[in-house]
Amino acid sequence: MKHEELDAALDSFGDALASATRVTPGNALRPEDIAVDGVAPSDEVAQYALTLGDDSLILAQRLAHWISRAPELEEDVALGNIALDILGHARSFLTYAGLAWDKSEDDLAYWREEEEFTSLWIVEQPNGHFGVTIMRQLIVSIFQHLLYQKLVSSADETLAAIAAKAVKEVDYHRDHAIQWTIRLGQGTEESAEKMRHALDILWPYVDEMFRDEAVHQRLEGIAVLPSTLRDAWQEEITAVLTDAGLQIPSTGQAMVYGRRGEHSEHLGYVLAEMQVLARKHPGASW
Amino acid sequence: MSQQNNWPLWEVFVRSSRGLSHVHAGSLHAPDAQMAVRNARDLYTRRNEGVSLWVVKSSDIISSDPDEKDSFFESPQGKDYRHATYYKASEGVKHL
Amino acid sequence: MAPSAPQEPGLSAVPSYEEEQSQARFDALIDRDARVEPRDWMPEPYRKTLTRQVSQHAHSEIIGMQPEANWITRAPSLKRKSILMAKVQDEAGHGLYLYSAAETLGTSRDELNDQLLTGRAKYSSIFNYPARSWADMGAIGWLVDGAAIANQVPLCRASYGPYGRAMVRICKEESFHQRQGFEILLALSRGTEAQKKMAQDAINRFYEPSLMMFGPPDDQSPNSQQSMAWNIKRFSNDELRQRFVGMIAEQVKVLGMTLPDPELHYDEVKKQWIHKDLNWDEFMNVIKGNGPANSQRLERRREAHREGAWVREAATAYAAKQAQSEVA
Ligand SMILES: [Fe+2]
Ligand SMILES: [Fe+2]
Repeated sequence: MKHEELDAALDSFGDALASATRVTPGNALRPEDIAVDGVAPSDEVAQYALTLGDDSLILAQRLAHWISRAPELEEDVALGNIALDILGHARSFLTYAGLAWDKSEDDLAYWREEEEFTSLWIVEQPNGHFGVTIMRQLIVSIFQHLLYQKLVSSADETLAAIAAKAVKEVDYHRDHAIQWTIRLGQGTEESAEKMRHALDILWPYVDEMFRDEAVHQRLEGIAVLPSTLRDAWQEEITAVLTDAGLQIPSTGQAMVYGRRGEHSEHLGYVLAEMQVLARKHPGASW
Repeated sequence: MSQQNNWPLWEVFVRSSRGLSHVHAGSLHAPDAQMAVRNARDLYTRRNEGVSLWVVKSSDIISSDPDEKDSFFESPQGKDYRHATYYKASEGVKHL
Repeated sequence: MAPSAPQEPGLSAVPSYEEEQSQARFDALIDRDARVEPRDWMPEPYRKTLTRQVSQHAHSEIIGMQPEANWITRAPSLKRKSILMAKVQDEAGHGLYLYSAAETLGTSRDELNDQLLTGRAKYSSIFNYPARSWADMGAIGWLVDGAAIANQVPLCRASYGPYGRAMVRICKEESFHQRQGFEILLALSRGTEAQKKMAQDAINRFYEPSLMMFGPPDDQSPNSQQSMAWNIKRFSNDELRQRFVGMIAEQVKVLGMTLPDPELHYDEVKKQWIHKDLNWDEFMNVIKGNGPANSQRLERRREAHREGAWVREAATAYAAKQAQSEVA
């Protein structure tokens, strides 16, 4: 390599390499498109989009913590992909919701108070050990997969479009969680014990996912009624747990109402960390 | 300090688009074939690089011995008549 | 090759005829600027040098995830959060591509990882500085990834095939890393007073360490000559440093910021950039393990390894059970 070649290579580094590869960003729906081209939803639809966005945002925030801490480097990359997908869903839902109130995704993520968040308790639960994270992923991704499958036929076109991209990605998240649940459930005595423990501590937050709230009932044909997903979810997760040599625990169901802004003690810390920098610089752009 | 409980090495081959062959991309570690193909997806196709993947356990690959290089690959040398360019007399004849 | 000298007691054995043949074949490959592939015969020092360099490079990618991972959960906008997450994840990928190349030289990843966790292996000393503010995400992308790119572009042509191929893949992905860092700083430079201050402070802290990423000055870099002769390295440390400092001297103007180097200027006579003397004592001290974050960085890797042990074991056990039931 000659000096001039190096100079040329460094000069045009970004452009030359970007076009020299077959790498393309794809043409999926992005939050930026929704912000520009989106039609503002009604207040009611926005409320619904907010619930979906909040679930994804908090879950992505949780998963993001794994990067550089996973059991093996390959898993750092895998969890990173999943977190990125879910953050993408959050951004799309929040951007869409924000159109109703003239707010950006960041206004909603960084400047709402804890009681204004509508996330489910299950996504707020701490990462714990890898098995807890996998079990949380199993519970949530099967739920989200069923949900988005139905949302694809929502009468609201934007929600349907967001769901159309998300459903494929969540299908992979579900597969990832299933593969790991089976391996950890059947791996060693220690890993099976850890998975039983994960089930015990997370199971109380299952029912909340399927509770129909007023917002769902008022949006017939637009929102998916969570209660309609319950049977399919139960069947699917039972099959996975059986494959993994695990059983649905006998724990009761917690009386929790994240959708109404009543959150676990964990959420305050999640938000404190997420919002601290943005709030230190009101009005700043980044 | 680490117990030798490591996952086997897998070689990854990526088909970048339909109509092309799978090309060796690199390797990774995974406990079994199913996880290997998933890890390959996450590691080697983060930017739409592929439409299909193969993973093969590295230890299952048989390769020619590079030290025998000369004798192993000698035979085709000098057999120019296997190439169309050898046939000069028909040059200029259309559709041939 | 010259005929071998008569054997003296205590010296290593005379190379056999086969070895001489192999050495000649290897030399011919290097002379032709061709690539050496994993199953080719190669001299032990070549293998050793490469294993060390490639694995150090891999370790640097992996340890280098930490300063940036530190800010993912606090990123000030969701767009920046996505970008940063993708970037840190890319670095994990880079580490994996490089470990994959290093393994073709005959050392397992387990062993390489062990070298890192026990402190026997080195990695880029710049990652032993803490990422104190959001602006550091900008300075790291612009200066640290920038310096890495200047180093890595010529490595795409390294004589060892798997290393060169890993570098090509990495360079493609790096193209967005430096830009996203620069754009973070650009946004800050157009922002509030506090944001500008944050940006300048980060540039001040990362400038000198990023110049030191190219390694010691040429006259103090004993292994460089050999690496150049083997076509692993293509340019000297100082040459690459020159080029880099020249590029950032221009780029910093776009930011409306300054580099903390009053001596920096282009010498028209020497046709090169002159920068201030770098603090090599501090550099050596960080290499020795006394940087502000050495202990923290290694402990994070050890912790991840330790906490992940049961997961890796379980997956191995499951694979063994599956294999058994297939046989049965
Ligand atoms: Fe990198
Ligand atoms: Fe990078």
